[in-house]
Amino acid sequence: MSATNETVQDHGQHHHKDLAHHFDTLEQQHDANTLGMWAFLLTEVLFFGGLFAAYTIYRYKYSAMFEEASNHLDITLGATNTVILILSSLTMALAVRCSQTGNSLWTGRWLLITIAFGLMFLGVKYVEWKHDYHIHLMPGKDWSGKDYWHWQYAKKAKDMETEAHKKGSAEHALPDRKDVLADNDPSLGVRGIQESQQARLFFLLYFCMTSLHALHMLVGFVLIGIIAYFAYQGAYSPEYYSPVENIGLYWHFVDIVWIFLFPLLYLLGAHMGH
Amino acid sequence: MATVSLQSKTFDKFPDVVGRQDDTNYLNHDHSITSWLFTLDHKRIGLLYLVTITLMFLLGGALAGAIRLELLTPKGDFLTADTYNKAFTAHGIIMLFFFLIPSIPAVLGNFLVPLMIGAKDVAFPRLNLLSFYLYFAGSVIALTALLLGGVDTGWTFYTPFSSTYSNSYVIVMAVGLFVVGFSSILTGLNFIITVHRMRCPGLTWFRLPLFIWSIYATSVVQLLGTPVIAVTLGLLGVERTLGVGIFDPRLGGDPILFQHLFWFYSHPAVYIMILPSLGVTSEVIATFSRKNVFGYHIIAFSSIAIAVFGFIVWAHHMFTTGISPYAAMVFSLLTFSVAIPSGIKVFSWLATMYGGSISFDTPMIYAFGFLGLFTIGGLTGLFLSTLGTDIHLHDTYFIVAHFHYIMVGGAIMGYMAGIHYWWPKITGKMYSEFWGKLSAGITFIGFNFTFFPQFILGYLGMPRRYYEYPDEFQVLNVFSTAGASILAIGYSMPLFYMTYSFFFGEKANSNPYGGSTLEWTNTTSPPSPHNFEQTPVVTEEPYHYHGKEAAVVSH
Amino acid sequence: MATTEHSTHQPAPLSLYLATFGMLMFLTIVTILAGFHNFGMWSTPIALGIAAVKAALVIVIFMHGYSSSSLTWVIILASMFFLTIMLGLMLSDYVSRGWAM
Repeated sequence: MSATNETVQDHGQHHHKDLAHHFDTLEQQHDANTLGMWAFLLTEVLFFGGLFAAYTIYRYKYSAMFEEASNHLDITLGATNTVILILSSLTMALAVRCSQTGNSLWTGRWLLITIAFGLMFLGVKYVEWKHDYHIHLMPGKDWSGKDYWHWQYAKKAKDMETEAHKKGSAEHALPDRKDVLADNDPSLGVRGIQESQQARLFFLLYFCMTSLHALHMLVGFVLIGIIAYFAYQGAYSPEYYSPVENIGLYWHFVDIVWIFLFPLLYLLGAHMGH
Repeated sequence: MATVSLQSKTFDKFPDVVGRQDDTNYLNHDHSITSWLFTLDHKRIGLLYLVTITLMFLLGGALAGAIRLELLTPKGDFLTADTYNKAFTAHGIIMLFFFLIPSIPAVLGNFLVPLMIGAKDVAFPRLNLLSFYLYFAGSVIALTALLLGGVDTGWTFYTPFSSTYSNSYVIVMAVGLFVVGFSSILTGLNFIITVHRMRCPGLTWFRLPLFIWSIYATSVVQLLGTPVIAVTLGLLGVERTLGVGIFDPRLGGDPILFQHLFWFYSHPAVYIMILPSLGVTSEVIATFSRKNVFGYHIIAFSSIAIAVFGFIVWAHHMFTTGISPYAAMVFSLLTFSVAIPSGIKVFSWLATMYGGSISFDTPMIYAFGFLGLFTIGGLTGLFLSTLGTDIHLHDTYFIVAHFHYIMVGGAIMGYMAGIHYWWPKITGKMYSEFWGKLSAGITFIGFNFTFFPQFILGYLGMPRRYYEYPDEFQVLNVFSTAGASILAIGYSMPLFYMTYSFFFGEKANSNPYGGSTLEWTNTTSPPSPHNFEQTPVVTEEPYHYHGKEAAVVSH
Repeated sequence: MATTEHSTHQPAPLSLYLATFGMLMFLTIVTILAGFHNFGMWSTPIALGIAAVKAALVIVIFMHGYSSSSLTWVIILASMFFLTIMLGLMLSDYVSRGWAM
């Protein structure tokens, strides 16, 4: 190949301080960095996708119980979290916008506000999970082999809560575990035992999917924090704001996952009217 | 017509196009340990991978030796049943995840992709180093799992055995695979962005070497498929730890769901293993036939087709599990169609060689071996994608023979062809052609003795993953084990003559084989740390052997 | 190619982001109201459809999809395509198991 009949002189150019040596121009670098993040988000779609696949199959197989189990989730808290996360997406978009205009101070501030919203989201999730733990809707066993899960108990607890609501009081006691049948009690019949298993699968998927999502948020906090620090230091400019843009892409992806999780986990049984 | 002898060689016939400025190259410009362990140079990272995957290959090979030793006799006498299960599991996991999947992309891909496209490095050099350390960490974790006591589930981790009943170190191994999976993902991501955005001026897509097309296709598969196995292993870990029944039928779970999720990645994974070898073959055949690759466009598109089609055939691993007959028919049909692009490649290579001026150097010997063995492996796949015959052949040694023909006769031969072809560029030294040809021949003979009898064994009904078998199968098993010992010799020889050549070999010029791609025409052997003195500008198709070039050979 | 055609882009007007946010809020309310209504077999497609519109807004506006290269869109569409393949082809097995031969 006579490719050496033309060559390009590439030494002696003025090198921008943010231009890595293996790139020719800042544009090429920015473009490559952004594409790299999009390619990574593609892997994340498939990563969450595996859980969505498991959810799809089990929801197809056990649709009735999935709807019933879903009603044990608090739609108000789920909706609140949806609003919080979309707000955080807005503040993130504003942070990226500020980095594009060279406003370092507000880049940092909007990034920190985004983290704050994210922390609020996790706070709500903690409230939800604590409640689920107390009414024995957490699938799994502890070290001694004792089961956290007790579907019959959760059903009883929900009935008591509905009773209390009808009477207008907000407080209600939790049932006594002795008064509730075990999930594998033969008197429930095969159907009854299967219901517990199927509801547990719903909650397992719920916890797996929301945990994975929460884990991505935690990683997001760390990365946003680091970038906020550099933003305050004035590291970013209209010529070089890739890191802010890319953490923005990551965070918006996290938002999009929740946009799908919310109706699929919280709303599938809502029409049952309870 | 060139005579083939063990001594004949091409490499003293081509002039050194790229002059040597000084002796500084990427190997010798800095000797410190930190310059190697913290390097951002894609060429050095390729070498780091070369060392580690070779070690893993030796371990995987030793495990194969243990398996073949056990199968010399019909009774279980060398290993216990449990140990045998752990041996074939470890063999599969190490060979697939820690040798085959990284092999060409991590070693040759890392070294060559920037060189072949006229770039100074890959798009994300630090990510590249991270990929290596993730591979290293994953390997350490997997080895820990083996040292603790191993895994006995088979590399396929089928549930509910792996999720509920197995008493082996499933989770530790799953963590190791999770980590090494991310190495694979990041390498693929790096290559995709590199090929898209770092090509030198004039290098349009249809001027790219076919090796780049195949690495690109491989990278797409790595990016799309690996995350699914990652999350599936995560679910497996969750089930083992929490005892919830995602995949346990007693608890309402579905073991077939695991298989769907597992094979969604693991079938495309085999295309990760073979696509790069297909690319190497294109390069080697072009260079050693002194001829343009026939059907360049169709070979390029067939790589992409294999990558995409590879994602819609996975349930052909599940024909006997109880999936719906309609789904089985669809997957069977799709599996037949995925053979077509591979067949197109084989015919194109044959057409490339026809009328060319063929030199039988070691890389070409390996490429010939690849052609025959890959074709046999591929054709036997058709028996398996046919629903009726698969009922009989599934989980027998026919399957074992089929995939070893493709993975070893195909992928590993391609890897060896590539290592031998680019060795002068990587090290600046020539290995001994005599020993190269000899070990290629021994490998070919040993390979066929090992695996051809296994087709017959499988057809006769010998099941896989059993450490004992009916007496009537012994003769063929003895053949197979004998062949394995020859194969082991064939694979061990390069360790010696290649290592020897690294230190004491004849110095190579920049283009000993007369290759026409940028790494041969525009870089020294070994290349300088920054690859090119000046950024190349490409004005022609990659394989531009004109008629007159063939005449140069015969002076 | 070593150089790319478009430059790092101009920031979009603030009003665009706020309008998008408003639309996302509106669609969230629609999601919830639709969730409480029983549309029979259409409930799931409707819920996913609304979510898809929200996701599209986030991608096009917040993630700067409107000014992104065609390669970015290839990546986005590829992710949707392969996710659909995985879910669809897997589900087709389960759905067709009960069919008569």
